[in-house]
Order: sequence, then C-alpha cells, then structure tokens
Amino acid sequence: MEFFVFVCAALMILVGAVGVIIRSHPVHAALSLVLTLFGVAVLFVAQDAHFLAAVQVIVYAGAIVVLFLFVIMLLGVDRVENLRTEPLTSQRPLAIIVSLGLIGVLVAAFVRGSDALHERGEGINIPDLTTGTDANTTQLAESIFSRYVVAFEVTSVLLVIAVVGTVLLARRTKTVVAENLK
Amino acid sequence: MIGLSLVPTASWYLILAAVLFGIGTFGVLVRRNPLVMFMCIELMLNAVNLSFVTLARQLNDINGQTIVFFVMVVAAAEVVVGLGIIVAIMRNRSSVTADDLAELKG
Repeated sequence: MEFFVFVCAALMILVGAVGVIIRSHPVHAALSLVLTLFGVAVLFVAQDAHFLAAVQVIVYAGAIVVLFLFVIMLLGVDRVENLRTEPLTSQRPLAIIVSLGLIGVLVAAFVRGSDALHERGEGINIPDLTTGTDANTTQLAESIFSRYVVAFEVTSVLLVIAVVGTVLLARRTKTVVAENLK
Repeated sequence: MIGLSLVPTASWYLILAAVLFGIGTFGVLVRRNPLVMFMCIELMLNAVNLSFVTLARQLNDINGQTIVFFVMVVAAAEVVVGLGIIVAIMRNRSSVTADDLAELKG
C-alpha cells in the first residue's frame, strides 16, 4: 500500500516538475506546479507529517500558485516564451550536464551516508485516528512555541517587512500616474 | 527478495527529492521567463522540504518538521517580494525574458 502511494505521488511530482520546465505557456507551468505541490503533500501524509501536508496545500497550492497566476494575468497571459530557439549557444547541454551532475552528487551522498541515518531525537508522535487527538500537530506546536519561539517571532517581522516592501515596490507613484495621464 | 524491496525506505524519498531538485536547477538555468524561473525555485524548495520531512521521520526527530514550517514562511515572503519586483520591472516593458534586463552590463 505504501509502495503504491509512493509510486503515484512520485509520478505526480515528476510529471508536474517536467511540465513546469517544458511548458512554454506560463499558465500551464503554474498548473503543473500545482500537481507537483499536491504530490509533495501526499508524501508528507505518507510520512506522518499531517500538519505540514495541510500547510503545503493551503499555503503553496493555494496562496502561492494563486499569486503566480494573478501576476501572470496582470502582466498579460499571451506572452508565450519561444522555447525552440536557444539564445546562448550550448546553454542547454551544459545545463543538462550540471543538473545530472548535481543529482549524481546528491544520490551518491545519500547512498554513502545512509549508514549515518540512525535515530537520535526524542521521537515523533504518530497521530492516532482512534482517539481523535492529532499528536503530530501538538508536538510540532510544542516545538515551535517553546524551543523556537524567537525564530517564530522573527518570521512575523519578516512577513511584515515583505508586505510593506512589496507595497512600496509595486505601487505607482503619483508622478508616474500623472505622466501616464498626459 | 523482491517483496522486501517494495516498501519505500528513506533512500527512495531522498533520491526522489534529489531528482526534483535537479529538475528545478535545470529549469532555473534554461528558462528565460522570470516567473517560470521563480516556479523552478519553488520546485527546489519543495525538494528540500521533502528531504527534511524524510530525515525527520528517519532520525525520529521533530526538528526536521519544524524547519520545514520556517522554510515555507520564508518561501512565501520570498515569492511576494520577488513577484513585486517582477511587476515593478515589467510594468513599463513589453518584453518578458530575463535576457533583456541588461542595463548593468559592462
């Protein structure tokens, strides 16, 4: 059963990822990205990270992809990138070599370092559906709000800075609006 | 023999994450639309998140899931700021490719 779930989710992830990089239309690339994000959420559930799976669907597949689609619509949906031409000579073969080399290095590190993967933490509580308590969410909340509470507060500052900075970046100044009206 | 290998171990998840990271790298290197390059960066972030969750289960340590939470927050902030920059740049331009942004070229 877990094998079946893994294969289906892996197919979703890989098909979506390949779709992101080969689709010339940005809307199609964004929808392929949704497929990949759902596949990652399925693998989160398969590994008992239930809260992160919910956040993955809500924040990534919900908010971030909608933001992408919104910007695509704002800038014009008809701007299709021409993928037939290659502006820099031998860019794609070099990119393929770099990507495959990166995958090779990572896989070699995983294979060689798999002996070092032994349990060292206090343990992860597995959610028990019969009692109705979500142990994963409780344990994650205890970790965030006790040990990492300072980092959690700093992320709120980060989000406020991001919002203010984006408003400043994206708004039109009054002089620009006046020039456009002339 | 075959039946034993049909249970996905941590190595399967980690190799899948590595392949996803490589696809994202290829996209960032090849694509010229800044929006699609951003999507490829999201692919790479998701690959890292997947390996974090896998290692959290493998090492039996909740801190791996905690850091995924923070990565998601920072990714959301990064997307907001990046898309704001793209909108600010592209508003006065007709072209969309990253190759056209060459004002600082020596």
